Amino acid sequence: MNEREKILARIREALQVPAPPPGSHGVHSAGPVPVTGPSPAGVEARRWLPKVGSSFEEQLALFAKNCADLKANFQAFATWEELSAALIQLREAEHWRSVASHQAELSGRACQTLNLPVCWTDRGYDVREMEPCDVGVTECDALIAQTGSVLVTSRSAGGRALSVLPPHHVVIARRAQLVADLPAAFALIQQKYAPAYPSMISFITGPSRTGDIERILVLGAHGPKKLTIYCV
Amino acid sequence: MTVTLFVPCFMDALFPQAGISMVHLLERLGHQVVCPEAIACCGQPPFNSGYWAEARSVAGPVLAALKDAEAVVIGSGSCGAMVKIFYPDLFAGTPQAALAAQVAARTWEFSDFLVTKLGVTELGARFPARVTFHDGCHGLRELGIKAAPRALLGKVRGLELIEMKEAETCCGFGGTFATKFPAISTAMGEGKCHSVLETGAEYLVSNDLSCLMHIHGLLSRQGRPLKILHLAEVLVQQ
Amino acid sequence: MNANARQFQEAAQRVTGDLRQRQFIRTALGNYETARDLRKASFQSWESARQTAATTKWQAINHLDTHLQTLAANLEARGTKVHWAGNGAQAREIILGILRDKKARSIIKSKAMTSEEIHLNGALEQAGFEVMESDLGEFIVQLRHETPYHIVFPSMHLTRGQIRELFEKELGATSSDNPEELTMVARRVMRQKYITADIGFTGGNFAIAETGMISITENEGNSRLTAALPKTMVTLIGIEKVLPKLADLALFLPMLATAGAGQTLTCYNTMYGGPRQPGEADGPEEWHVVLLDNRRTELLADAGQRDALHCIRCGACLNVCPIFRNVGGHTYGTTYSGPIGSVITPHLRGLQDWKHLSNASSLCGACTEACPVKIDLHHHLLQNRRNAAVEKPAYWERLGYRIFGIIANDPFFWSLTKKLGRLGQPLHRLVKGATLDPAGAWTRTRDLPPLARVSFKEWWRNRS
Repeated sequence: MNEREKILARIREALQVPAPPPGSHGVHSAGPVPVTGPSPAGVEARRWLPKVGSSFEEQLALFAKNCADLKANFQAFATWEELSAALIQLREAEHWRSVASHQAELSGRACQTLNLPVCWTDRGYDVREMEPCDVGVTECDALIAQTGSVLVTSRSAGGRALSVLPPHHVVIARRAQLVADLPAAFALIQQKYAPAYPSMISFITGPSRTGDIERILVLGAHGPKKLTIYCV
Repeated sequence: MTVTLFVPCFMDALFPQAGISMVHLLERLGHQVVCPEAIACCGQPPFNSGYWAEARSVAGPVLAALKDAEAVVIGSGSCGAMVKIFYPDLFAGTPQAALAAQVAARTWEFSDFLVTKLGVTELGARFPARVTFHDGCHGLRELGIKAAPRALLGKVRGLELIEMKEAETCCGFGGTFATKFPAISTAMGEGKCHSVLETGAEYLVSNDLSCLMHIHGLLSRQGRPLKILHLAEVLVQQ
Repeated sequence: MNANARQFQEAAQRVTGDLRQRQFIRTALGNYETARDLRKASFQSWESARQTAATTKWQAINHLDTHLQTLAANLEARGTKVHWAGNGAQAREIILGILRDKKARSIIKSKAMTSEEIHLNGALEQAGFEVMESDLGEFIVQLRHETPYHIVFPSMHLTRGQIRELFEKELGATSSDNPEELTMVARRVMRQKYITADIGFTGGNFAIAETGMISITENEGNSRLTAALPKTMVTLIGIEKVLPKLADLALFLPMLATAGAGQTLTCYNTMYGGPRQPGEADGPEEWHVVLLDNRRTELLADAGQRDALHCIRCGACLNVCPIFRNVGGHTYGTTYSGPIGSVITPHLRGLQDWKHLSNASSLCGACTEACPVKIDLHHHLLQNRRNAAVEKPAYWERLGYRIFGIIANDPFFWSLTKKLGRLGQPLHRLVKGATLDPAGAWTRTRDLPPLARVSFKEWWRNRS
């Protein structure tokens, strides 16, 4: 018997005695544990998580508030031209000299606007060329109002490193990508990608941070120190 | 009704006034009080140390003495929890399992009995003093007692209740823990003493005398002997 | 008292005597409580969320074999290599085997308590590999040759001044005391390591059976980089971390963040489903997932304590435990500290050798109250005490309780005890607090109340 079989055998042996359900101190349940039906957490999450308004305006306002709390820079623009102008202003203010990005519609247009040398990740890249880039520009799968998070995958955001190695991460999103809450985000992932999921799916909630020194918050631990989210 | 008052060992030997106060209060409310002679201890020390057979030899006579009680009242959150919550565990799988469950169902901690069972908060009490209340952990978390003592103290004329910071943090007594891990017990107690003294209260009141004994013991050693009273001793004042 | 128990008492004595350290820890944890309470209050019902999370884990654990097989099959379907390790030694062998096979020299690690549990770093270094911890807190304790102080905040016991001195000494880095500057020192050092390391090593918070994914939660981004750049990725995860469905994370991720750190969500929550897939820009060419038992199946076999395997390692129980707050993480002398450590260590490392951890508790229940998955922590401590006494009773203690049993419920002996006590008390004052004092454990720091002249029972008897 290989180790896998040994471990599974030990588990089956152990599970012959059922454990009482949670919160039943002193009460001994005799029956087997129900397995039919969906797992409770996924089903009930929306009932217990913080409430989110149902209108787009409420959700946009909530997303904006969360970004402010997280020290992520969020702006919604009415037109691409306005977004473009803001990108150029940002480039000047941050003294960007080179960009890393991927060739999707919005990120491609953003790089055109920025008019700087680009390290494209799409067909593979040398990380030593990405490392000195000042900014990583990506698209995303969703913006999540409930938590102020950006949902990216290795397929939608130019790989794994692009959204985390450069010291400034800029996300270009569409308004329609705003979803209310985490359950909606997970539903979106499954709808969009199942069964051939990208190898990395990540929820980014604010710039990188640590509390490891005296539990004092410091931004930019290893990942980006700045996170800018522009949507149009 | 006939109330069977179970006075735990340390209340009997060290703080009898608390038991006496409970008797007077219950009689004033028109109930007959009986105190079983033969039993002094709920069995928590051996139980907490893991010696459950020995704990059963202590708790068995308690069950026998309380078998026909209409209502059992205990003036201690920790002893109350022992009977109400832990006796069913202690006697699970033994011939006394059913009796343990029955007695547990008829057992009340003192403040819980007054407020929840009898529906009484007004006892005609008067005690003009600044008071802070310590929630013993067993009463708080095993029995869910938080509001009842405060409802009772709220009706005491002249009494000013000041809540301490970190009110729900353990004082560090923990039964045998206090002597098996004295350094940690003392450190925890020092934290609680600090919270108590910060309130500026004249009296420290609790529904658990074991906690009071520990906190007072530390304060006294520090030269700050704040006065301690069991809840019943406050409520009996007129 | 065995060696571990003695070490615990000595360490507890030392740390509780260090008022500065106690105050420092209390301040850090006080801020956590404020943030946590805000986040809990924002839930529509935190208590209902706990019940749902607990029920989910209960169902998952009680079908662990099924879920593990589904997990492994789904991981393997997309090219992940799944290994099964019965114990720590096997896990180390598997990992060393992978390193040798890849002719690796350097490993960059992101935080994994399981790797502490199996003493991986020491084994790797002995075998000649360079191991670098990338999580800032882990990096700091690695430089100090210490173990983590807390399962979520490894370096919370150190002041910024101590960290500055450490960086000066070990890295030759000059900086101020400012936490931001110190963090930047670590960031600069680590950046090159991500790029040059042969192997990226991670732990895992959840293993999703339905989709064959490992979910990793972190704030710094070091785990994201560890999983992005090196050519080979190795993940070590306990078998109990399984969740049935991807959608379950919608509840577990915010609960983990709330209970663990008082955050809405931790900064990076990432689900890995395989090595680099065709068409992807980067990612490891090989991904090895090592599933670790290491006596978890023994804990599983204790049906009454099986819920201890629901643990999501959030650290909430450590944060609220008054014992932890006063003695700190290192006092426990083992990987998992605080209430959860006190519950599971006797199962994972031996009951008689580690029962003292279950004894070192006032059973206040704050841990059980705080646990997001409703593990009955403080009652498990009682059960461990009972199991230890049944397995190997302490002669004098048991005899003492037998005598106590006779005295307590016999009116004659109880009355006699009180009378003798009253007589003996003036004598006791002579030895109070000294080494001879039989009540020394109490009286060294506390006064004892006097025995009442008339006990309650005597008053009651006189009355009737």
